[in-house]
Amino acid sequence: MSSRCPELALACVALAVLAGCHREERRVSEQLPASTPLEGIVLSDLRAGGTPPPQKPEFIYQSNAYAISQGKQLYEWFNCKGCHADGGGAIGPALMDDRWIYGDSPQNIYATIVEGRPNGMPSFGGKIPPQQVWQLVAYVRALSGQVRKDADPGRADHLFTRKSEQSLGSTTPRASSPPPQPQ
Amino acid sequence: MGQGMHSAIDTAGPRAHQIAELLTFFTAVTAIVYLIVIGVLLWALLRKRARARLAGEAERESADRKARHVITWATALTVLILITLGLSDFFVQRSLFTPPTDPLRILVTGHQFWWEIEYDHPDPSQRLRTANEFHIPTGKPVQLVLASRDVIHSFWLPSITGKKDLIPGRINTEVLIADKPGLYTGQCAEFCGLQHAKMRLVLHADTPEDFEKWRQQQLQPGREPATDIERRGRSVFTSASCVLCHSVQGTDASATIGPDLTHLGSRGTIAAGTLSNTPENLASWILAPQRLKPGAQMPATKLPPDDLGALTQYLASLR
Repeated sequence: MSSRCPELALACVALAVLAGCHREERRVSEQLPASTPLEGIVLSDLRAGGTPPPQKPEFIYQSNAYAISQGKQLYEWFNCKGCHADGGGAIGPALMDDRWIYGDSPQNIYATIVEGRPNGMPSFGGKIPPQQVWQLVAYVRALSGQVRKDADPGRADHLFTRKSEQSLGSTTPRASSPPPQPQ
Repeated sequence: MGQGMHSAIDTAGPRAHQIAELLTFFTAVTAIVYLIVIGVLLWALLRKRARARLAGEAERESADRKARHVITWATALTVLILITLGLSDFFVQRSLFTPPTDPLRILVTGHQFWWEIEYDHPDPSQRLRTANEFHIPTGKPVQLVLASRDVIHSFWLPSITGKKDLIPGRINTEVLIADKPGLYTGQCAEFCGLQHAKMRLVLHADTPEDFEKWRQQQLQPGREPATDIERRGRSVFTSASCVLCHSVQGTDASATIGPDLTHLGSRGTIAAGTLSNTPENLASWILAPQRLKPGAQMPATKLPPDDLGALTQYLASLR
């Protein structure tokens, strides 16, 4: 059958492939809520009595590769690295494990970045615009594998044990060094 | 003089001049060859019937001999032309790739979607950073040290020199020499993202005296605010999200993620040639950069009108 109508078979395959096409939207200019009201954030699931914690709203950047990779760039630019290293933690807690002192929901992470936390986490409220905080939140969750796998950014070049191909062979310093000081 | 227009033919430096000469030579030779080929083709088409009328064996043989003769000569001529073109290209490239002696070194870093320009100097106090617009002295060779922070860009200033790619993780060099003072425009020439088209570059070629004057002025820290409004603008600048990415020498703002704004008021355009540098444009850029240049890294900053007005006045005063 298929050997007799190769055109039909081809068209079917093309249709099936087309159905899989989906171009992700780059959310560059949306106005995100500054936050959900920060007072309402539940920091821990532990509570007296039996009421379950409130349902968490869906996080739109959960599966948006652009937002997550922007967050990755901001993570380095705003020096989150300075304390949390590449997610493994240094003088700040690790972000790639499943232990969360102040909660792992997007709203909780947002509040942590905006308000700051005791013992060293500064408050970035008023310094980082809401959209960028949400992008950071998305990346922080990506560090512990909580975003969709196909939206997860790749590992950064410097984390590989071998240099990337295009960096091989350029070892010359870029800027000239200061003149030698008289001894 | 290429004012606001990229032109590889309207040249202003010896390197662009050599490239333009090569272009003219190649175009002329290939145009002549093209005309000859078309001419011969037409002649052959018309002659086809005359050839068929040749009756005798001897007549045909002599015609074949003639044809062999013509083909041999045409092949030899083709080889000769190709060698000439190859050699002329070789000599131009050899001169373009010769490193200059004692050049002025400028580090150019490509960003999505702007150019970071840093004048290198062994003495750190003599280094200066600017963005998208830069000055060079005429007559002196300038060595550009090209790198990229994110993706591949390409540096292109057609009236001065050819293209050179900026590749992340690698360092490329390119040489600029400008003959005559003037304003020359350039452009990122490698698709680098949503706003690739709005990644422009302006070069001012100055006389050596003017260049030195400009350099000394750029080495100064950001101008102190003179009025109350400008003072308020500075405090808005240092307390809002601006400080996370931008720097103004002489204030607390010292981040190197976005363009250095120490002398923003002395530049003709903002956002890498997207808008002319007026307080109104600055205000709309700060409020909604994603409307003017969707995909740029600058986020929208919501400010009350008074604060915004003070901020733009302060920024405009940074001459």
